[in-house]
Amino acid sequence: MDRETQVTERRRAPVIQPGYTFATITDKISSIVLARPVTNSWLVGFGFAGLITMMLLYAIGYLFVRGVGIWGVNIPVAWGFAIVNFVWWIGIGHAGTLISAILLLLRQQWRNSINRFAEAMTLFAVACAGLFPLLHLGRPWLFYWLFPYPNSMTYWPQFRSPLVWDVFAVSTYFTISLVFWFIGLIPDLATLRDRAENRWAAMIYGILAMGWRGSARHWKRYEKAYLLLAGLATPLVLSVHTVVSFDFAIAILPGWHTTIFPPYFVAGAIYSGFAMVLMLAIPIRKWYALEDFITIRHLENSAKVMLATGLIVAYGYATEAFMGWYSGNDLDAFLLWNRLHGPYHLTYYALLFANVGFPQVLWFRKWRTRPGLLFLVSAVILTGMWIERFVIVVISLHRDFLNSSWGMYYPTKWDWMTFIGTLGFFCFAFFLFVRILPMISIFEMRTLLPEAEVKEAE
Amino acid sequence: MTERENQMREVCPGKRGKLDWGEIRRRLEQTKGPEYWRSLEELAASHEFRDLMGREFPRGASEWLDGLSRRGFLKLMGASLALAGLGACTKQPLEPIVPYVKQPEEFVPGRPLFYASAFTMRGYATPILVESHLGRPTKIEGNREHPATGGGTDAFAQASLLDLYDPDRSQTITYLGDPYSWSSFLAAFRGPLAAQKAVQGSGIRILTQTVSSPTLADQLRAFLKLYPAARWHIYEPVNRDHAYGGAQMVCGQPLETQYRLEKADVILSLDADFLYGGYPGFTRLAADYASRRHPEQAMNRLYVVESTATSTGAKADHRLPLPAGRIEQFARTLHRVLESNREEGLGAAEQQPLLSAVARDLRAHRGRSAVIVGDNQPPVVHALGHLINETLGNVGQTLVYTDPVSASPENSMDSVRELVSDLRGGKVDMLIILGGNPVYDAPRDLDFADALKNSRVPLRIHLGLYQNETAELCHWHLNEAHYLEAWGDTRSYDGTVSIIQPLIAPLYDGKSMYEFMALLSGQSEAAGYQLVQGYWQKQHGVADFDSFWRRALHDGWIAGTAFAPRTAVAKAANLPAAASPQAEAIEINFRPDPTIWDGRFSNNAWLQELPKPMSKMTWDNPVYIAPAMAARLKVEKKDLVELELGGRRIQVPVWVQAGQPDNTVTVFLGYGRRRAGRTGTGFGFDFYELRAGALPWFTTGVGIRKISGSYDLASTQGMQSMDAEIGERPLVRETDLDEYRRNPNFAQEQEPAKDETLYPVLPGFDYAKEPYAWGMAIDLNACVGCNNCIVACQAENNIPVVGKEQVIRGRHMHWLRVDTYYQGDRDEPRAFFQPVPCMQCEHAPCEVVCPVGATVHSTEGLNDMVYNRCVGTRYCSNNCPYKVRRFNFLRFQDWDTPQFKMMRNPNVTVRSRGVMEKCTYCIQRITQHRVDAERADTLIKDGELETACQQSCPTRAIIFGNINDPHSKVAQLKRSPRNYSLLGELNTRPRTTYLAEIRNPSAQPRSAGQAVPAGQSEHS
Repeated sequence: MDRETQVTERRRAPVIQPGYTFATITDKISSIVLARPVTNSWLVGFGFAGLITMMLLYAIGYLFVRGVGIWGVNIPVAWGFAIVNFVWWIGIGHAGTLISAILLLLRQQWRNSINRFAEAMTLFAVACAGLFPLLHLGRPWLFYWLFPYPNSMTYWPQFRSPLVWDVFAVSTYFTISLVFWFIGLIPDLATLRDRAENRWAAMIYGILAMGWRGSARHWKRYEKAYLLLAGLATPLVLSVHTVVSFDFAIAILPGWHTTIFPPYFVAGAIYSGFAMVLMLAIPIRKWYALEDFITIRHLENSAKVMLATGLIVAYGYATEAFMGWYSGNDLDAFLLWNRLHGPYHLTYYALLFANVGFPQVLWFRKWRTRPGLLFLVSAVILTGMWIERFVIVVISLHRDFLNSSWGMYYPTKWDWMTFIGTLGFFCFAFFLFVRILPMISIFEMRTLLPEAEVKEAE
Repeated sequence: MTERENQMREVCPGKRGKLDWGEIRRRLEQTKGPEYWRSLEELAASHEFRDLMGREFPRGASEWLDGLSRRGFLKLMGASLALAGLGACTKQPLEPIVPYVKQPEEFVPGRPLFYASAFTMRGYATPILVESHLGRPTKIEGNREHPATGGGTDAFAQASLLDLYDPDRSQTITYLGDPYSWSSFLAAFRGPLAAQKAVQGSGIRILTQTVSSPTLADQLRAFLKLYPAARWHIYEPVNRDHAYGGAQMVCGQPLETQYRLEKADVILSLDADFLYGGYPGFTRLAADYASRRHPEQAMNRLYVVESTATSTGAKADHRLPLPAGRIEQFARTLHRVLESNREEGLGAAEQQPLLSAVARDLRAHRGRSAVIVGDNQPPVVHALGHLINETLGNVGQTLVYTDPVSASPENSMDSVRELVSDLRGGKVDMLIILGGNPVYDAPRDLDFADALKNSRVPLRIHLGLYQNETAELCHWHLNEAHYLEAWGDTRSYDGTVSIIQPLIAPLYDGKSMYEFMALLSGQSEAAGYQLVQGYWQKQHGVADFDSFWRRALHDGWIAGTAFAPRTAVAKAANLPAAASPQAEAIEINFRPDPTIWDGRFSNNAWLQELPKPMSKMTWDNPVYIAPAMAARLKVEKKDLVELELGGRRIQVPVWVQAGQPDNTVTVFLGYGRRRAGRTGTGFGFDFYELRAGALPWFTTGVGIRKISGSYDLASTQGMQSMDAEIGERPLVRETDLDEYRRNPNFAQEQEPAKDETLYPVLPGFDYAKEPYAWGMAIDLNACVGCNNCIVACQAENNIPVVGKEQVIRGRHMHWLRVDTYYQGDRDEPRAFFQPVPCMQCEHAPCEVVCPVGATVHSTEGLNDMVYNRCVGTRYCSNNCPYKVRRFNFLRFQDWDTPQFKMMRNPNVTVRSRGVMEKCTYCIQRITQHRVDAERADTLIKDGELETACQQSCPTRAIIFGNINDPHSKVAQLKRSPRNYSLLGELNTRPRTTYLAEIRNPSAQPRSAGQAVPAGQSEHS
């Protein structure tokens, strides 16, 4: 760090509290995995999340037996919770990639303490998201027909459909995120291998560490590969949600057929993603006493990103409303009217409050440095972003071109079970993650220490 | 014991019945020719076996027909398992399966055959052609060549096919609920019948529904000759008592009025819903009405004064909602005005503008107008109708009088009242109920059920299609053969006789009424065929009979059997004095249900799920009240109210119906069945409870009170308003005749310019080069919203029903729907119908978004569905602006019931769960005709290929054909200035287009009803 940066840094909360050395950092983080006993509270949380995961499996099992009719979807609202959840979860994933890839390229070193678990969050969120397009199919056992693969049926996907683009976007995203995450884990896995006292654990970490010895050549290759993957992942942050937004923007439905959707979706994705990062970081730093590593600085930075993306999202809403009036198109105007006065108007007002109104508290440093309040704001934003997708999917569909075909969408208990089930599965996976892998990158944290600075020989 | 017998004991320990080998040998010796038996027990005619054959499930199981309780289900499962075990021991049936050595002529597997037959309701026949695939009737079509009916069908005729295959139909003869054989019935029946012979049959009562069949009437009369003291009663809940009574009043005899609406310039309907199925001669009336709705030619003008919102009212050029009880006053005033040629003393203020306009218009069209009175109006209004027609000189011009179609046009209500008093008086020893369900639908103040139960009639016999409420209270129930299973004859509206040809041997060995009557008259085993043929042989004579008979069967009617017009003069002298109506009391109207009629179609799922024309209600019969009245009572749709009439109370949900006259409520009969079958039992509310024999159609003094709670109603149309909150939605484009003459292109003003785009225009597919480009034009002027096309489509395309709960969720499956829109003041609205099939867009939004290419475009311009490819993303439906796509959210199709397997059209895929489906312009028909044309090396000629909806449409509102052929009917229609595309502004280029609706209002009345011309209507 150059001098000037250090000066500015001093005015703000530090990225890592002073007093740590290479050894203490490694100790502190690896001990969570290797030394810390299984606590009752972890067991309770893990067990509860596991139960909810079971509920998800039950709901999915019943879905496969009976068909998507167990959900509230109908004609005209042929897409319901499944697509809402899909878009929401995919969006949440974006923050992880943004933190690990884009902030890496931008040399934002504060990212080092949060990138590992943010990436894990991405993976789990994308896994949850990926479930839904499959589950919502009428005939889910034929999902593979969306892939171009050689077959004897002279069958080929229809590449004009955004759903096929989705398949590629999401599967690429998941693959790159997984590889990126794993590569980033290798040095830490080696650390765990070396420190593990349990023979089995050492063996497993050893296999996963893929022979990492920490030689200079390893580091050189590692840095290059990581940078390349970051370069690959960076456009994905923008492209995945852009493609997801095409699912809507390509359609001719009023409320979907909008060119503003790609940037507005990406901003919304990052918005909700950072909210999820904060919702995970704030309890974790407390429970695992990691306040020294995940400092107020991190929380504040995340809050600032939320504020910025939240404003972009608000701009998106404003544009939609403006265009409803300015376009002179009856249907667009009606869509706006229907959002404000239709049967789902409460969701629209809730959306404006949660995504536009309430997050404005983040303007004030006093408030955005309070973890409790930040947690609340994040929860509100996550809810708001979920409602946003509900507004886009359901309100647009339920009253479209022909008055005769208007309808209502009422989610069933199976809709809720599936949605809550994925929340449970997400937590379940996260509970496992914090116990078996270092949730903060050890080696990257060490680079934050002053000792890590490479000084030119004086 | 033989070795074989021992073996059998060992293998089938469950079978304890002893086989009498001696008996078997004796029987074998007696049988002649090839006869096959299924097992030895059958041969031995053991009681257990007969019991097993007669019941699908063992004793006790059939009581659970109506819904399964958990216990019942377990018992049933246990029993079925036990049966399965037994069944495994049964030897496979020994039946000869031999291929044809010589193929019968015209019998080509895969090609359907069509037979002429007729469907009868209320005694009136709808002549039909029945499509038969390898002996299985699969579809009912209109008989275009029939001289009297115009060739269309109604929804009831279309749906009657489902009744044939209804698994809940009565399948066996029962005595007190236990299955018995025909021979045991005969044994039990002969004694009492012989005993009656001695007393000239004075203890015999026969109760039928309306009989128009010449053969059956002849049989009944012959029977009455044999047993002179016996009585034949007729009861029909939706009867024509008042129509015949009105004619009796002023003409001195019961007469049928046949209208020739093609000659009428002005039509006045007094509460007559003649543009909907079930009205006598509906297909003819609708066709004639529509033939005069071309704005290029002289258009007729329809005035409707009605007490319930009906499709006839929706088509009216002027509509006046009026309580049924005040229509008499309207008719009297009109009569007086027309008689006196003066306009003094007109009726109440709100009727006056319309009344004077009607009077002026009628007077200006003497001999070219017609007044039609609905069956629910009292005889005096019918009498007034006759008088007005007489005054206007319409008799002989736009209408003729004939004999009634009913063979015995007696008063239904009187007849059943007399029967009940005989029952109670102990005069009846033997009651024979041929069809019908009087326990359910007779006036409840007669308490027919109680009369049956407590009057100790020694022998009560019910012949019917269903084990219904009446069968339950009879000793014997005989399962009747469906009309598609048995020979018969019937009369259509004009009297022309059609022979009812069976299409299939009785599925459950049912007997027809003809066969039963033959039995009564002592011809014990006469077959229906011989009876009907024998009757006509007597009529026609032996000479040349064979060709006469063949011709009758082939054509579907017997030439020269139409009634000759009767001369009758209506005289005003007999008109009773006017009663003063009670102005303030709330009136209740009882109407037959538009889909399940009087309850006879309760178990018909196609009709249950058919949206009622004005409310789009399915599966239910709420009480319909006017918006103004709803506001006063502070009730909304689905709120519960309590109706109270004459001490009887009933709690029902409310439906706020636009166009319902204020201070009146309408209820539809036919629901609330206790014993209809799995489909019909328990749905809706039984308004027969409130219906009194003396005032069967409407009465005042009903109390209505809001109570707490609500009730789910399944309406298929999301929003019936065309007055959107922001901007008007000209979905149905319409104007009046004057405006149309000034600006004939009004409908096309909103069409976008072709290829209006910011992008370079790419050369699209050149459809013009193809031999065929299929298209459809729907004339909104001709569509009367009769719903017939929906059922025709359902039958043709194997469309499943989904049930009330799924309809509420918005998952009904109709490929073709008829949207009903309202505009203007909801108490006196304007209403429009718009049938919406798939638009087959050339730029189909659904196609580009399907990820698996399951919906693709054909070179002939069809938007094809490839069911096998569909994985069910439902994106296509989201992107379809017309929302015509239907999705199998669950497994809606019944794959298990064997009867339904026989019913399905073999040329249409039966869709599974998770697959999208939609209208294909009946591609199976197109393909078949294309194959034929290619074999003949020609092109499909215009008119020879008709879609199912088009074929059955009585008004020919739907025209389908090749738009590449400039001479085709559809191409001509599409050149009409009225032709417009629905949502054409989206540039989807739909192949289905509409011809805008043109109304023909009279210039004068400005304030009443729908008097306000288009464009100036005051919107709510």
